[in-house]
Amino acid sequence: MLQPDTIKKSEMENSKSEILHVPTMAQMVADGKQPEILFWVGCAGSFDERAQKITRDICKILQHVGISYAVLGTEESCTGDPAKRAGNEFLFQMQALTNIQTLNGYNIKKIVTGCPHCFNTIKNEYPGLGGNYDVIHHTQLIQQLIDDGKLKTEGGESFKGKKITYHDPCYLGRGNGVYEAPRKALETLDAELVEMKRCRSNGLCCGAGGAQMFKEPEKGTQDINIERIQEAIGTNAQVVAAACPFCMTMLRDGIKHFEKEQQIEVLDIAEITVRANGL
Amino acid sequence: MIAQIVFLLILAPAVYLFSKNVAKIRRNILLGRDENRSDNAALRWKTLVKVALGQSKMVKRPIAAILHFCIYIGFIIVNIEVLEIIIDGIIGSHRIFSVFLTGFYGLLIGCFEVLALLVLVACIGFLCRRNILKLKRFSGVEMTVWPKSDANYILIAEILLMTAFLTMNAADYQLQLLHFGHYIQAGSFPVSGTLAPLLPYNASTLVLIERGCWWFHICGILAFLNYLPYSKHFHIILAFPNTYYSNLNPKGKFNNMASVTNEVRAMLDPAFVPETSTPPGSFGARDVTDLTWKNLMEAYTCTECGRCTSVCPANITGKLLSPRKIMMDTRDRVTEVGNNIDKQGIDFKDDKSLLDTYITREEIWACTSCNACVEACPVNINPLEIIVELRQYIVMEESQAPASLNNMFGNVENNGAPWKYSNADRLNWAEE
Repeated sequence: MLQPDTIKKSEMENSKSEILHVPTMAQMVADGKQPEILFWVGCAGSFDERAQKITRDICKILQHVGISYAVLGTEESCTGDPAKRAGNEFLFQMQALTNIQTLNGYNIKKIVTGCPHCFNTIKNEYPGLGGNYDVIHHTQLIQQLIDDGKLKTEGGESFKGKKITYHDPCYLGRGNGVYEAPRKALETLDAELVEMKRCRSNGLCCGAGGAQMFKEPEKGTQDINIERIQEAIGTNAQVVAAACPFCMTMLRDGIKHFEKEQQIEVLDIAEITVRANGL
Repeated sequence: MIAQIVFLLILAPAVYLFSKNVAKIRRNILLGRDENRSDNAALRWKTLVKVALGQSKMVKRPIAAILHFCIYIGFIIVNIEVLEIIIDGIIGSHRIFSVFLTGFYGLLIGCFEVLALLVLVACIGFLCRRNILKLKRFSGVEMTVWPKSDANYILIAEILLMTAFLTMNAADYQLQLLHFGHYIQAGSFPVSGTLAPLLPYNASTLVLIERGCWWFHICGILAFLNYLPYSKHFHIILAFPNTYYSNLNPKGKFNNMASVTNEVRAMLDPAFVPETSTPPGSFGARDVTDLTWKNLMEAYTCTECGRCTSVCPANITGKLLSPRKIMMDTRDRVTEVGNNIDKQGIDFKDDKSLLDTYITREEIWACTSCNACVEACPVNINPLEIIVELRQYIVMEESQAPASLNNMFGNVENNGAPWKYSNADRLNWAEE
């Protein structure tokens, strides 16, 4: 089983920005306010130290553009995705119905998620159980903000001339047909976007989906993330862009396996956006 | 007159036997659970036209797509010729369409001939890919002697049929030039016309060749028709209904089990009364009869091309899982169950099951649910659905999930996260 990443504190914060203020739904309601959008953080985004940084970056973006948002905080619970993919429909529906009760209780209409698995589950599988929301993934939010001119890609780190390759998460790409939004965020960078041979609908899984994240892989000739990262390394990219906390763990493990940490960074689209905007 | 009687004596049993075997496959498919796939007819027709008729998913592999397209178009167009042959055979005419179509008939024959030649070339190309180039996609644990022979038999049969067709035309053309008997001038014969000089310049021998090839061609077609239900080649029929009944939801969306919803609602709220009482039954699939009819139709539609397996991340990295094997095992098992019913009656149960006898647990636990196999299938087959249904049986009926997954379930149930973290710490990231 893969454990969530732990990283040094010094690695974690590299921004020079304003203090982050994260409102919870409970606070909002107590103040008689209703946020425009709920940020569904997800378990990896809440507990995995590497993913926590992405979570804070998504909050920075929301705060920067002035969207009123809130998180559920301790009222959030696993969507049930890994249970469902592993065949435990009981546990999935227990989680789903409990979460739907919470979300409907707060009269939530619009949700942005930090994880393609949460995105897919809430968007596609909750409606049948009484949870109807307008759900977007954070890369779609970033694309909208770029399109609306609210994120300008200026005042921050320059990615000019850097080679970036994007790894399609299965539940964002094939699962829901979101291929362009993350690429749009990268295209504004003036960087050189290089595609791996297996990209978009042909993208190769990182190896974590279908609850594989929580078990040892079956016997084989090599691990799936090694196969994938070899392809990424083959593009000579300096940055491997990800959009899923599980892909993030798998890709980083692959980079560590080949001792390429000094040459190649694995960054989430949200992190790249925050860096490029100097947030 | 005798020829007409012989023809009918061959045609009638061939058609009867084929219908009987198709009915058997239909019965086997309907052994599956019910599932409604008849909504949204407009989108379903669109999918059929695009994916099956239009071959839209074939183009991802251009060489195979072009070769396959030649055979596919050839198959459809040459069927018009087969219609003429059948009418000629029944009423004892010769090239009946040439009487009505006159000038246009020549054009039609021209098309048939060019397509027949393309089919011939494409089949030789496919044989080379399988037997000389030995493409990796056509091997694997499930590609045992029969599946490999099946593929070669189909290609060889098509080569023989096209050769007979062209030889028949060449002899016919030569006889037309000799103004012999009823062999009236019927077009230019662009391909067979070039073969004609190779044939003997003797009218009675030519008639013998022409008639021989005619009989070989039509008997070959009828034999091939009856081979279909036993072969992967049945996809030429099932590809159409199979794409019509495609899953129209986003690939990431898995079905919610309604029987579970009632139980979970009752657990969460003791006052809950279900609207419709669904019989509890069993959860997930252990055998083919627990799968849906659509899963079983897909099993019979699979033509073992191996695109699914060639893009499966588990298979690529040496795991046992092969989506093609999932489909072939399902087909072989449902055929076995069907044969048991025929021989032993509807209530007969053997001691076998799809899970364990055919598909091992190691295979299904290797799946990452990435949908690459589903995306790759040119006829919209979904091996992932079967994998998940087998997992559901193992987890919910047997409680036999791998220990690490049981830990994950425990964590989700107790802490609301797949890892062992306290829910009270869920917002700690905001306080850094």
